[in-house]
Amino acid sequence: MQRRTIIKGLGAAGAAATLGGCASVGGTASKGRVVVVGGGWGGTTAAKYTRLFSANTVDVTLVEPNRQFVSCPISNLVLGGMRTMADITHSYDGLVRNHGVRLVHDTVTVVDRGRKEVRLAGGQTLKYDKLVLSPGIDFMWDHTPGLQTANAAGQVLHAWRPGAETAALRQQLETMPDGGTYAITIPLAPYRCPPGPYERACTVAAYLRRHKPRSKVLVIDENPDVTSKPGLFKAAWRDLYPNMVEYRPLHRVVSVDGATRTVNFEVHEPVRADVLNVLPAMRAGRLAVDTGLANANDRWCHTHFLTFESTAASDIHVLGDAIQIAPGMPKSGHMANSHAKVAAAAIISMFNGWPVNPHPKLTNVCFSFLDETHAVHIASVHEYNTAERTFRTVAGSGGVSDMRNDLQGIHTWAWAQNIWSDMLT
Amino acid sequence: MTKRRPPTAHALGVGVALALSTLATSAAAASSLDQLRIRALAATCAQCHGTDGRAVPGSAMVGLAGMDRHHLQSQLLAFRAGTRSATIMHQIMRGYSPEQIEAISVYFSQLRP
Repeated sequence: MQRRTIIKGLGAAGAAATLGGCASVGGTASKGRVVVVGGGWGGTTAAKYTRLFSANTVDVTLVEPNRQFVSCPISNLVLGGMRTMADITHSYDGLVRNHGVRLVHDTVTVVDRGRKEVRLAGGQTLKYDKLVLSPGIDFMWDHTPGLQTANAAGQVLHAWRPGAETAALRQQLETMPDGGTYAITIPLAPYRCPPGPYERACTVAAYLRRHKPRSKVLVIDENPDVTSKPGLFKAAWRDLYPNMVEYRPLHRVVSVDGATRTVNFEVHEPVRADVLNVLPAMRAGRLAVDTGLANANDRWCHTHFLTFESTAASDIHVLGDAIQIAPGMPKSGHMANSHAKVAAAAIISMFNGWPVNPHPKLTNVCFSFLDETHAVHIASVHEYNTAERTFRTVAGSGGVSDMRNDLQGIHTWAWAQNIWSDMLT
Repeated sequence: MTKRRPPTAHALGVGVALALSTLATSAAAASSLDQLRIRALAATCAQCHGTDGRAVPGSAMVGLAGMDRHHLQSQLLAFRAGTRSATIMHQIMRGYSPEQIEAISVYFSQLRP
């Protein structure tokens, strides 16, 4: 009698467990609601991997105003004429079709931390259990008098967010006369994509060498030296573009005159260029700042590195270029993708009441093209340091290329194809 | 004063079932937690080698899904030791412990290509 009852009870428990399992796999029982804001490298990855890692049991809504994803990495090849805007423009449909992400093309106007909801410009309100902000960067126009006006007039572009400015800057290069000067200025680090400005000098020089060989490329840097892969970039300028590329460190931009395309420096003589490409000083994307999350120097967002949860607000996780970086951590698309996977796993653990992984890992690879085919890279692996509560690069790991070669050029394109797919399909 | 009733068969059955159910749930949770950990670790490969090790067809990158476990493990360890030359993988693999490399190799070997 007793025995039979026990077996009966066990049967019931077993059946319940089985049903629970089925419900989880089928995604009918929601474990929580995640709203992801920003469909860039961090946000798309967070949306997809929150679905993947939870076996579709967590509801995910991605809010992004743009109808299509445009890649910042590889956009320097568009400026050099080696690739087109179509090559770096991709659909968000895979996130919806393959992963059941709810996609809302709108802009978040307000994050209500108390009510745990975001309000959209279109009038909709979305409630969340966890909010993931991957807002990218914003430009600190006030730092450089004249720059915002010159940018609005189309006279001085940055093209540091991909899209219309990328195409417009390419057009300026196409109409620049042979014998003209292209100048790019670089703000003090940290800024988005450390090697990006130096790669851009290379891809623009590659275009000019072929089509306008009497032209000059000026790389004007507020930093004391090239901030990433200095030896490899300087060797490329010396070997591939002799008498074309000139590097000038320690130049602090103080103002810009759009009408004459002139940039003024704190100490040095002004420079007038035919195509003037000024990269403004950067900070965390505006929504993060407006939400009160930019608590590092009023520019970047401190996060708890085990979860990427903001130190200023619970249940809001911040990813990508907007965060206050750990030592040796670049502001890169690859790194934002890495942040997102750690955050997605942490959020799912929190929803389930599981301990958060105490040993998360991040990887990063930044490739840079030096001309049409040759590329170099810098790689790193980062692990969480419990005592310091931050990420550190693993001792002995990572490094830069021994030399430039076309194999790394092939790898760069393969990396782009695979990481775009890892985010979007 | 009421006599304390002996536990009924029914009550005992439910109690044991509940205990077993709790055990089963925590075991399932531990297993799911382990799965999450290994998936998150393996996801650090996906930026180059594709989600779940399925590289984009036609891209110049090796897919890892379905690869023989021992082959994959030995190659990753060879990158780590520097006995297999590479452009990047030796730099990446020095960031992983032999135990992590083993776990990654087992994980990818169990996925369909």
